[in-house]
Amino acid sequence: MSRENVLHKVRTALGRSAGQPVQDSPPVYLTVPEAGVEARIDVFFERIEALAGKTHRAQSLEDARAYVERVIAGRKAIASNAPVLRQCGITALAGVESGITDGAQLRGLSASAACGITGADYALADTGTLVMLASPQEARLISLLPPVHIAVVEHERLLTGLDELLSILPHPAEQTSSMVLITGPSRTADIEQILVRGVHGPGEIHVVVV
Amino acid sequence: MSAIFEEKIHQTMADPKLQLAIFAATGRLMEKRRKAVNAEVCPDYQQLRTQANAVKRHTIGHLDYYLELFERNVAAHGGKVVFCKDAHEVADFVLGLAKERRASLIVKSKSMTTEEIDLNERLEHHQLEAVETDLGEYLIQLAHERPYHIVAPALHKTKEQVADLLTERLGVPRETVIEKQTMIARAVLREKFLAADIGISGANFLVADSGAIVLVENEGNARLTTSAPKIHIAIAGIEKMIPRAQDLGVFLKLLGRSATGQPLTVYTSFLSGPRRGEEIDGPDEFYVVLLDNGRTKVLADRDKRESLYCIRCGACLNHCPVYRKIGGHSFPWVYSGPIGAILTPQFLGVNHEPGLPFASSLCGACAEVCPVKIDIPKILLDLRSDVKKTELREGANRLERLAFRAWAWVMRHPRLYEMAGMAAASLAPSGDGGGWVRSAPAWGIKIAPLDAWLSQRDLPSAPTKSFRQLWRERR
Repeated sequence: MSRENVLHKVRTALGRSAGQPVQDSPPVYLTVPEAGVEARIDVFFERIEALAGKTHRAQSLEDARAYVERVIAGRKAIASNAPVLRQCGITALAGVESGITDGAQLRGLSASAACGITGADYALADTGTLVMLASPQEARLISLLPPVHIAVVEHERLLTGLDELLSILPHPAEQTSSMVLITGPSRTADIEQILVRGVHGPGEIHVVVV
Repeated sequence: MSAIFEEKIHQTMADPKLQLAIFAATGRLMEKRRKAVNAEVCPDYQQLRTQANAVKRHTIGHLDYYLELFERNVAAHGGKVVFCKDAHEVADFVLGLAKERRASLIVKSKSMTTEEIDLNERLEHHQLEAVETDLGEYLIQLAHERPYHIVAPALHKTKEQVADLLTERLGVPRETVIEKQTMIARAVLREKFLAADIGISGANFLVADSGAIVLVENEGNARLTTSAPKIHIAIAGIEKMIPRAQDLGVFLKLLGRSATGQPLTVYTSFLSGPRRGEEIDGPDEFYVVLLDNGRTKVLADRDKRESLYCIRCGACLNHCPVYRKIGGHSFPWVYSGPIGAILTPQFLGVNHEPGLPFASSLCGACAEVCPVKIDIPKILLDLRSDVKKTELREGANRLERLAFRAWAWVMRHPRLYEMAGMAAASLAPSGDGGGWVRSAPAWGIKIAPLDAWLSQRDLPSAPTKSFRQLWRERR
């Protein structure tokens, strides 16, 4: 279509010629504070709860499994292929479907499940955020279609915030086609600015740190 | 000012319910922003603004380089960049692809850029169903209206109006509880997501070093739009570019805080291409449409180029005393408020609505809250000058020119100036006794501009003695 036309107009507007080099861009501005693991977990939970998310600090893998079992309460659930879920024994719980590698099957199960259970590649303490990279372990739709999202996060994956994530992962596109930051339950305030949760994504979110 | 602009303003100001809705919504958004940029919770807010401005200045100043870099990186991950010069080309591309893939249903997530080019109407014209999925946008689409606000499109609708709309368009029983209204929309749209062939999104940012687009939202509809259908098309203006993924540290913090007072919105998606290798879900095809549609014209104007730094947070609308009175639909184009007042004349020409740059008190609130530091009042002044230059060229407003020439001539002759001052003082309408003229004088003749001016403002009464007289007496 208009590739040459648009690029030509941009260059003319800027008085630049094709292939002309660029001056240095302003240096990256990122600030990563110091914070110990315990402090991070405290802040992380505080933020999630402020967004009406539920939190649980699991003392052991069994404890994490027991919490997840209580939340799903016999309802239909779909679990991602994150190793931590298998280690906790969550994939073996009654009513939990897991080990799915087929896109169509995953979509059907996610659309009908009450709960979606995932791991998280990282978590950001200062905003209460889960960072999900699409991969064979983590599908996109498990944390999106079911009305309840349960995430099991290994404590060493907890970062201070967005700036630390971007420092350790400066090129997310090299690893995945999709990196999603999830900060609390899905919400809208489009009618009279009244907050409603669970408009398109999960209205309920549980974060378990192990 | 055109008659239609004036009429819409009067309509909005005469509607007390609407006035209250605008005032309340913008007031809440201002309050949320104020709390989120407070030095206690965001100590480096001003540094972030300075950095954002510097990064945007750099990127826009070398845009050709970053466009090509972006294009290469999208291709490297299996996606495709499509450059389009205008609305027709975008529609042609989408229609062509839909035909090739036998697609009939498109889901859309909120995008001001597609509003700008009336994409939905163009697609519907060719029997393609395009459904908006952001709740506010969905309501606006059902009502066949334009977004009222950049981030809160249905800001002007009451829950009663929403109830009527849902009943009328969807045939559901009347429902006035907002939670239930939301769930009705959720159910309808969930079906659409799962059945759609193509998902069309906008892009809050284009990341050059990654070939990625970034989407920021709270509902999850943008995630669904970009994850469920087999084809994802992102449509963005060329100015949305930032150089590096690492620049998101600055821009994401500013966007959420400025728009809705959120440190981060609920969902931030960083998408670079179709589903890869062993990934389980995601689209098979990924296209990024890069749209000019007048942007290169803005780019060519060195003095106003910074208009393209805008990240569409809507803070300038919320803080604008003019927007808060006249609302979003009074503005002549999809972009409203201060940013609309500077974008519209540059995209559509100053003659599209010559009154627009003048509909401002130049109070400067917009520049003060702008996260990328666009000097909107300065650009408004430049545009006023452009409007006047155009009039001059076209020979319009001869009377005004004559009056100002005469005035300039009088000012160059001190004696004459003094006599003119005395004459004006003796002819001036007498005030209300308290030193103010509060309404147009009953002179028998109507002077329209004076009546209009006095209908909204008071004028100090003319003093009995001029400055010169007082000076002579006291010397």
